[in-house]
This record gives sequence, C-alpha cells and structure tokens, in this order.
Amino acid sequence: MKILVCISCVPDTTSKINFNNNNTEFDNSQIQYVINPNDEFGLTRAIWFKENDGAEIDVISVGLDNSDQILRKALAIGADRGFRINQEALDSFQVAKLLSNHIANNNYDLVIAGRESIDYNGGMVPGIIAEILNFNYVTNCIGLEIIDKSAKIKREIEGGIETLHCRLPLIIGAQKGLVEESDLKIPNMRGIMQARQKPYEIIEDKTEEIKTKTLRFEKPESDKEIKLVSPDNLDELIHYLHNEAKVI
Amino acid sequence: MSILVFIESNKNEIKKSSFESLSYAKKLSKLISSDVIALTINCSEFTPLGDFGPDKIISIKDKKLELFNAHNYADVISNVSKSVSAKNIIISDSINCKYLASLLSVKLNAAFVSNVVSIPNSTKPFIVKRSTFSNKAFCEIEINSEIKILSISKNSIGLNKSKSKPIILNSEINFNESGLASESIKVSSGSVSIEDADVVVSAGRGLKGPENWNIIEDLAKTLNAATACSKPVSDMGWRPHSEHVGQTGKPVSTNLYIAIGISGAVQHLAGVSSSKVKVVINTDPEAPFFKIADYGIVGDAFEVVPKLNQKLKAFKAENN
Ligand SMILES: Cc1cc2nc3c(=O)[nH]c(=O)nc-3n(C[C@H](O)[C@H](O)[C@H](O)COP(=O)(O)OP(=O)(O)OC[C@H]3O[C@@H](n4cnc5c(N)ncnc54)[C@H](O)[C@@H]3O)c2cc1C
Ligand SMILES: Nc1ncnc2c1ncn2[C@@H]1O[C@H](COP(=O)(O)O)[C@@H](O)[C@H]1O
Repeated sequence: MKILVCISCVPDTTSKINFNNNNTEFDNSQIQYVINPNDEFGLTRAIWFKENDGAEIDVISVGLDNSDQILRKALAIGADRGFRINQEALDSFQVAKLLSNHIANNNYDLVIAGRESIDYNGGMVPGIIAEILNFNYVTNCIGLEIIDKSAKIKREIEGGIETLHCRLPLIIGAQKGLVEESDLKIPNMRGIMQARQKPYEIIEDKTEEIKTKTLRFEKPESDKEIKLVSPDNLDELIHYLHNEAKVI
Repeated sequence: MSILVFIESNKNEIKKSSFESLSYAKKLSKLISSDVIALTINCSEFTPLGDFGPDKIISIKDKKLELFNAHNYADVISNVSKSVSAKNIIISDSINCKYLASLLSVKLNAAFVSNVVSIPNSTKPFIVKRSTFSNKAFCEIEINSEIKILSISKNSIGLNKSKSKPIILNSEINFNESGLASESIKVSSGSVSIEDADVVVSAGRGLKGPENWNIIEDLAKTLNAATACSKPVSDMGWRPHSEHVGQTGKPVSTNLYIAIGISGAVQHLAGVSSSKVKVVINTDPEAPFFKIADYGIVGDAFEVVPKLNQKLKAFKAENN
C-alpha cells in the first residue's frame, strides 16, 4: 500500500499571533513552526500501516523552505520519502491543485490530510483534492482500517459516530481519535540520523487556480471587564445571566 | 441571480444554524438584489422557513438521500445550483456542511470560504471577514470566483426574522451515487451535542476525576446544555474525545459557555472564545480564564456547582 501524508506547517499552538505592515502580513518573527496537530495524528496512523502492513509512506508539503525542517521531522518519525512543492501557500484551491498534480502521478492508495489546519482553519484542502481526483473522501476521521483495498472508516458526526466503508483510493481528514495523543511519536536520535539519508525532493510546480486573496488581519477586541460574583451570592449571577446577558 | 441556502434538517426538524444561514442570505440579497432560494432534502415541514424570508423553497425528496452522504449531497446541491444559476451558496459551519462544501466548490468551480463572521463589507470586489488562527484573529478575504460558497460561523450573524410566503417547488434531481457507504450510526445517548447546544457546560482537570462529573451533568441537564471538557480530561480518558473542545478539539461558539475548573490555556481559549457569554468558576483568581470571561466566581467547584444548580432549578421552575 502506498500512502501520502499531506503536512501543513503551522505556528505552534502557544504562539502569540501578531501582524505586520498595517495588518496585512502575519508576523512570523517569534514563531516556532510545527506539524499541524491533525496531520500529526494522521502521520502516526500511517506509520502504523507501515509497521503492521509494510506500507510505504511519502510526506508532502506545499510551502517555502521553512517547511523543510517539518518534513525532516516527519521522516525522522518514520516516513520514507519527503516532497516539498516550492510555492508559498496562498489559497486552498492552489494548495489542493498542486497536491493533486503530485498525487495523480504517483498512484497512492490512501492520502491522509488533517481535518483542518490550525492556522487557516479552512478544512478544505482534502475535499478539493478528492473531487479533483475522484477519490472517496471522509473527514473528521477517528478510525481507519484497511483490508484488501477496502477501507472501514469511523467519522465523528454531531452527537455520535458514523461507520462507513468504501474501496480505495481514499482521502481522509484526520483528527484526534484516529490515534491517541499518547501514541504520537517523538523523533529519536536514530530516526533523525536516518532521516538525513532518506530521499527528499523539491518539486517546482505552479498553478493559476487561486480564487481568494487574504487582504488584511484583525485581532479580536482586547480584554473586557469581568464581573466577579461571590460564591455566596449566586442569585446575582443568575440575575446577570437572565437580565443582562439574556442567555438563560 | 439567486442565492441558494442549503437547509439541514433531521426528520423534519430544521437545524437552527440553517435559520442563521437564511438570515445571512436575506441580508446579502439586499446588497446584491438577488432572490433567496432555500433547498431542503427530505423535509416536509416548511412553515418555519417562511419566518426567515426565502422567496422560494426547492424541496427534494429521495429515499437514496435519507442518510447524509457528502458526495451525494454535494452532487445534488451542485445540480440544483446550476439549474437556478445560483451565484452565492450559503451554508452553515456544521460538520456536514463543511464536509460537503469542499467537494461542491470543485463541482461549481467556486471559492469556498468557511468560518464567515459578517456580511460582506464590499460586494465589488466581494470581501468577507472570517475567523482564522483558531479564533485568535480575523481576516478579510477577497473572493475572485464568479460563484461563491460561504459557510457561516455559528452565532455570528444571529437570527433575523423576516416573513415571506415562499413558493414551494418539488423537484427531482439526478445525482451520481457515491461508492462510499454508511454502515451504521451510533448516537451518544440522549445528550445534547456541542454543535447544536445554546449552552455548554465544560469542565477541566480541576474536577479531579471522572467520578465527579455528576455535578457537571446535573448542571448541564438543568440548562439543557451540552457537556464539554478540556484536552487533558479527554486524554486521560475521564471523558470521551467528542467532548474535547479548543484549538485541537471542537470549536465552541455558543451563547453561554460555563468553564469549571479549567485554567484557560491559550489552546483552550482559542477554541471557545467566540462564544457570546463566558462564565468561569475556578479556585484560582489568577487563572487566565478570568481575563476573557464575562462573569466569574472565585470558588470551589464542588461547593459552587451544586448550589448554582439548585438555584437555577428554582429559577427555571419559576420562569417556565
Ligand atoms: C499542541 C497542543 C494543543 C492543545 N490543544 C488544546 C485544546 O484544544 N483544548 C484544551 O483544552 N487544551 C489544549 N491543550 C492543553 C492546554 O495547554 C492545557 O494544558 C489544558 O487546557 C489545561 O486543561 P485544564 O484547564 O483542564 O487543566 P489545568 O490547567 O490543570 O487547570 C485546572 C484548573 O482547575 C482549577 N481548580 C482546581 N481545583 C478546583 C476546584 N475544586 N474548583 C474549581 N477550580 C479548581 C485550577 O485552579 C486550575 O485553574 C493543548 C496543548 C498543546 C501543547
Ligand atoms: N500547504 C500545505 N501543504 C500540504 N498540505 C496542506 C497544506 N495546507 C493544508 N494541507 C492539508 O490539508 C489539511 C486541511 O487544511 P486546511 O484546508 O488549510 O484547513 C491540513 O491538515 C493538511 O493535511
């Protein structure tokens, strides 16, 4: 089985988000980049397919050279080959189109992406790929088993869990639950050394498929005044919630 | 030109978020002078839609669409959009809508912008605001495609009633049946889902152990609320993953969010901060959650929560 894991390189979750140039650019000066958490769950599941079923795992990212260290980490954790498509990611269609070009040339049985990236939060890239390439697509994926090119998938739905099945090829949007937090792997020294020897390719490709443009950013209003209520006077809280906030 | 609104329903019950999508469409229709068409699938109860001003309802009934399937639904919506030449398609930010929208966007060669929080501030060019960086910021997006799909962030626009007497059109639509099949659906028993809830009662490590969650569940029951939790609580298996909210869990944008024994780490706040009104109950007055909450109680959850529940019960009994 041949698997591709799509990795988006995102600011670490503790990052303070700031903007430059009249709020038109993201300020990445203090930012530590990490593998998008949803993609990391997907990567770990892929490595299990490698360990248990001998799957081959490629990892790919669309981005500039600051993504290299992230892909190297994925190789150190256990992926076999790395690819970076050398374009700044500007729009979901553009990213999905570039990834589709690579997928179309490489006969993957399974493509694993994340449910959403925690920076753009679009939740769109895998679905666009699925439709371009005519793959089956399941997002919010919290369980995946594959036997003889048949997949059984668990998906989180509002208020429950749905089980689905289909033939490969399949693309999923992974999230926590596909593997547990405690299953995530930290690269060890041996993995890091091995990663240096693994094939790593920079792909030059581009597309005109850009449908949106981010013009400027804005931060939510800063801290508001909190009203403190004494634990001995809970009626006051109920009064506020009913008369002032009007939420009960 | 038309604006098409996809209405989500379950056994004739229309989701509240779909009324919000309609409210959005109605506001947008004034800016671009379009009519508003509501699209329902296997729904027979149209009266409530009339409160939100659609000009037309396209009703599709098909046994093969009884279960939600993103591929099939996207194909249906795409075919309907083409038949009415819809230029704007408005959906909610629900799990299913976001799932189908990316497929739909390719079928219609449309841009899809999710997490939209406001009416466009310009329509030529078409510019909308959406939340990004897990609610830590907003951005303005210019959309350059002729057809646009917008999913509306829950509670960002609100409900806006405007009565109409829509024409109801029963329509038949062909679609390609997907090879992806549903086997079973397991519904968590009797509880309110976080996505649908107006009130969410959430608890963290301050609760000490899963055996103490009865006070949280009791409070949630009184408020007809969904229960949620912080990440470590679900990682330790005290509560199911489906309750984990925050940047790497579910986003919560509800009317009232009550955080009990949750410190308010950035990753937690990122996911819940777009909720309208936030209440924190915590023993530590320095807990970061106090910085973003509207109301706070410095106190022990084990004393405050049962007492608050009693008082709320009495209040509810009096006010109903
Ligand atoms: C990559 C990454 C992603 C993450 N994503 C998320 C996410 O999506 N969601 C999330 O929630 N977290 C997330 N986290 C974890 C986050 O950083 C915090 O560790 C977590 O939110 C803390 O959970 P907590 O508030 O329940 O626990 P704690 O931080 O331990 O807080 C417990 C609180 O309970 C209070 N308390 C103790 N006893 C009582 C009592 N008797 N009554 C009242 N209050 C009491 C304490 O004062 C304290 O404030 C993420 C972390 C990382 C690294
Ligand atoms: N620049 C990128 N390179 C590779 N994969 C990406 C990129 N952006 C998004 N993805 C994948 O698509 C998923 C959803 O991203 P998004 O649509 O941006 O929320 C991510 O979790 C990744 O798996």
